[in-house]
Amino acid sequence: MEEQTKTIAVDEQQEYVINMGPQHPSTHGVLRLVVSLKGEIVKNVEPHIGYIHRGIEKMCESITYPQIIHLTDRMDYLSAHINNEAVSLAVEKALEVEIPDRIKIIRTIMAELTRIQSHQLWWSSFGMDLGGLTCFFYGLRDREKILDIFEETCGSRMIVSYNCPGGLMYDIHPDFQKKVKEFIKYFRKILPEYDQLLTGNVIFHNRSKGIGILSREDAISFGVTGPSGRASGFECDVRKHEPYSAYDKVDLKEVLFNEGDTFHRYLARIDEMRESMNIIEQLIDNIPEGPFAVKMKPVIKLPEGEYYQRVETARGELGVFIISDGNKNPYRVKFRSPNFVNLSVLNHISKGMKIADLVAIGGSLDLVIPDIDR
Amino acid sequence: MDNNKLEEFIKSLIPETDVKIGKQYVEVTVTPASLHSTAKLLRDNEETRFDFLLCITGVDWGQDLGIIYHLRSTLFGHAIVLKTMVCDRINPVVDTISDLWNTADFHEREVYDLLGIKFANHPDLRRLFLDSSWGFPLRKDYVDDVNIVTK
Repeated sequence: MEEQTKTIAVDEQQEYVINMGPQHPSTHGVLRLVVSLKGEIVKNVEPHIGYIHRGIEKMCESITYPQIIHLTDRMDYLSAHINNEAVSLAVEKALEVEIPDRIKIIRTIMAELTRIQSHQLWWSSFGMDLGGLTCFFYGLRDREKILDIFEETCGSRMIVSYNCPGGLMYDIHPDFQKKVKEFIKYFRKILPEYDQLLTGNVIFHNRSKGIGILSREDAISFGVTGPSGRASGFECDVRKHEPYSAYDKVDLKEVLFNEGDTFHRYLARIDEMRESMNIIEQLIDNIPEGPFAVKMKPVIKLPEGEYYQRVETARGELGVFIISDGNKNPYRVKFRSPNFVNLSVLNHISKGMKIADLVAIGGSLDLVIPDIDR
Repeated sequence: MDNNKLEEFIKSLIPETDVKIGKQYVEVTVTPASLHSTAKLLRDNEETRFDFLLCITGVDWGQDLGIIYHLRSTLFGHAIVLKTMVCDRINPVVDTISDLWNTADFHEREVYDLLGIKFANHPDLRRLFLDSSWGFPLRKDYVDDVNIVTK
């Protein structure tokens, strides 16, 4: 009897290592995190990646520039349109092709719609990660309306491949402007519901406020861009600081916060949805008439040299770096993917937090795994 | 600073270095030995302040292996490209800059994984995407009869 009441000595000095993933629901893809714990406290997080590495950069070396567009869809599949745009812009910059306003404006509207649908999906899954299952139904219900607009014009819902060097694959659907306006009207009414459901929720506040704080200096040093960087006060919006397409024609407010915790990364994305709607409203009635693509040579050869193009995807700054030797295939293509860089900060901001907070922090960074592995 | 001013300034800051204006950015080419000191100088100088490392790209130039660093200043908004090359293909080594920019940690691991360039003093240089049984796929002489389909 005496032996049974004896307490078991637990070695508190020893760290406990657990694997999160590769098939954990909160990692949203095949990401494996090796987490060292002391009790419930996270001591170290080591990401193991490469489960979905397809060697896109290597593949690009053996295909032509218009073909690369279709591979970029498969990186960050939620920002497919913006990835396409990045490669198109890089090729157009190298060839010094002048792009008419109509194409620029349609590209910008499409990019902003992409940003809204990406944030909607993020909002849905982030709510679900923290235990709010209703978010998932609300978010996906509204996202469906944007995907329908994409389907009408691009013929595809997620992997759109709508941009090509020199313009767009097809003209917009006759109902495009009407549908987009209907959506904006609808979503302006719906967005306060998102706030009611999650932003003001006490449980959500307790799970997110003061969790995973990233300072501005660290955000710059780790290169964290996008809403995650801007929540820490890092002015990194490429649309504002190095405008491309039609962003120089619109009045654009950069969403900035100084706190840098999970809650403000959340707020940054909610505010960006509003900002994207403002941008679309400024452009949707001003689409000029004209062709939807510039005539390009059948075989695109870039002049010898190095070309770097930055764009702002829904998750941060995407850089496309093309080295050309004058052939129809690039010599080397490098994608500076925002998620790859944002993942590198995960260990830094999770140290000292609880294991349950790791799910919240990982969700607030909004990682898309195929973009990390490429 | 615009590109012309930046070129002038860097020429006066680091003499005897190859500085030229490329298609988009000012390009500075340094030897692997002076890479770390140049990077530190560019980051800490009051006039340049390149505090944001965009990306590190490894390139196989045929004979040499090159590394290209894209840097930016969040304060002044100017950008620069830093380049270096190693000619040793068997055991290429370059100093790490992950002590200057934290983001370089992952980028250097990626370059090591795909091109086999080692980074001296890197805190945790392991392969990132691939298994250790792979070669270095982004090298131009990489052959894989099973997984690469050539027409």
